[in-house]
Amino acid sequence: MTATHATTATATERPSRHRLEDTAPPGGRKRRRRSLDAGNPRWQIYVPLGLYLLFTLIPFYWMLLFALRPTGSTSLVPWPATTKHFSKVWNDLGFAIFFKNSLLIGVATLFMTTVIALLGGYALARFNFRAKQLFMLALLCSQFIPGALMLVPLFQIFANLRLIDSLWSVIIAETVFQLPLSIILISGFIKNVPVSLEESAWVDGCGRFRAFCAVVLPLLRPGLIAVGSFAFVHSWNHFLFSLMFLSTQEKYTIPVGLSYTIGSGESVDLGTLAAGGVVAAVPVVIVFAFIQKWLVTGFSAGAVKG
Amino acid sequence: MAIAVAKRRKAAARRTPYLLIAPAALLMLGFIAYPMLSVLYYSLQNYNVTKPWRNGFAGLGNFTTIFTDDSLFWSSLLFSLKWVVAEVGLQFALGLVLALLVNQTFVGRGLARAMVFSPWAVSGVLTTTIWMLLYNPATGISRYLADAGIGEYGTSVLSSPDTVFPAAVLAELWRGVPFFAILILADLQSIPGELYEAASVDGANRWRRFFHITLPHLKDAIVLSTLLRAVWEFNNVDLLYTLTGGGPAGQTTTLPLYVADTGIKGHDFGYASALTTVAFVILLFCSIVYLRLSKFGGDRT
Repeated sequence: MTATHATTATATERPSRHRLEDTAPPGGRKRRRRSLDAGNPRWQIYVPLGLYLLFTLIPFYWMLLFALRPTGSTSLVPWPATTKHFSKVWNDLGFAIFFKNSLLIGVATLFMTTVIALLGGYALARFNFRAKQLFMLALLCSQFIPGALMLVPLFQIFANLRLIDSLWSVIIAETVFQLPLSIILISGFIKNVPVSLEESAWVDGCGRFRAFCAVVLPLLRPGLIAVGSFAFVHSWNHFLFSLMFLSTQEKYTIPVGLSYTIGSGESVDLGTLAAGGVVAAVPVVIVFAFIQKWLVTGFSAGAVKG
Repeated sequence: MAIAVAKRRKAAARRTPYLLIAPAALLMLGFIAYPMLSVLYYSLQNYNVTKPWRNGFAGLGNFTTIFTDDSLFWSSLLFSLKWVVAEVGLQFALGLVLALLVNQTFVGRGLARAMVFSPWAVSGVLTTTIWMLLYNPATGISRYLADAGIGEYGTSVLSSPDTVFPAAVLAELWRGVPFFAILILADLQSIPGELYEAASVDGANRWRRFFHITLPHLKDAIVLSTLLRAVWEFNNVDLLYTLTGGGPAGQTTTLPLYVADTGIKGHDFGYASALTTVAFVILLFCSIVYLRLSKFGGDRT
């Protein structure tokens, strides 16, 4: 009986695979490979994935539950929902200001990181120069340096630059610690664009810069989106630098606001805390929903492989 | 004329790369290299804001104290190791399985990927917020479990020395697994499908295809991502600082937390710098050994 099953399965599968092969364009490898996996029974995917999704989603649900249900309620369904907690964090606890600060820092970090990493990545991908090995080594080594452990000297530097309690200190620090990985990633993306494309533009009379903008940049878009959103999400979530360098409440970022809400302990209403968490999560989740597709293709463009 | 153009190009080509890396290099010199050097400098000093009369050159004094007379150093180092091994091992194993799962074709794959990856986007203090709500003894999961007859009321996993470690590991796992899943999935997609086709024509079953094609292909990405993750987890302060604060009774004080306590709360910056230096050397040494042992990128050269 199993034998007949197997034969029918292959019999129904085979023609479709041939059809794919016949019609697939030269670049259509992936589709063909996936058709091979299609032989696995569905439950082997859905059961473990479903279990893991429970682990992933229950914490999110828990946060939403606390944020939406009235204080004192023990219901597991946030109904009737209240917006009281949200208006409290947004208006009374100052999350409206924190939100704006975080957004400013995130966007500035995104732009600075992307532009500077693009320059450096291009140098690494397209030039051979004497300091190249040294630069690569510095990039890698910087990954071993714990940013948290350098807080004090960094604090002194920013104090000397009179940037303490200015959003710029956080923007600079976030950018610096995002740079090494971003440069490595972007140079990987650029290496994947054939040099010949650029060279043919030079022959047509373009300078290096114009050739780069016209030919390479459009092809880098997925990679740049991945790196830029990386920088944004990171600086949005990271809290140590803003905790240390910003001191007045009008300068706080969302994570700092959250950590103070946590720190105030028993006195704080958990619903408020959860609502703050939701406010913190929404922008990154939106960014993430847009980029998650590019993120995967962006990485496979050769980034993590030396 | 062609020669002149070529010559000019060559001269420019010598300068251009340096101009291109200049912004990045300057920023890194100013904000990574210089602070690192000043940490090295201070590690040889007695430098304590609260005890200025003792300040001055200390030689290797800080280091001898660390290695001979500081039980907190050893216990925090040990806890760091436990933390890194548990986190990286579990995150990698789960991440690999997840990546293999969502690499297949099934209905709702895009949505499943987005949901599986989502905790990665919201890491940091938000992870703490979420898990504090879950672990809360009065209103968290444990209360509902107790209602259902599992466990007892009022247990807080974060305040008991027996449960705080697994509880913290679980929270960090939640946000760490997606990192591996994303990287491994990306690499899975770059494996040419022909390899699998050829292998199945030759009669290789799924396990053989996995061990002889998938794993070898993923090797470099695995080595690099586990290394980076290990370093990041070692240096991880955000989560433990806000979730447990290093407690209870120092049960979750990692080396970086100990350093932060010493330097920022204790104002003993000289000693904290020496601790930082030791941590950096340990990380660097372990990384080099790991890269050597795993023969990273070896089959390429």
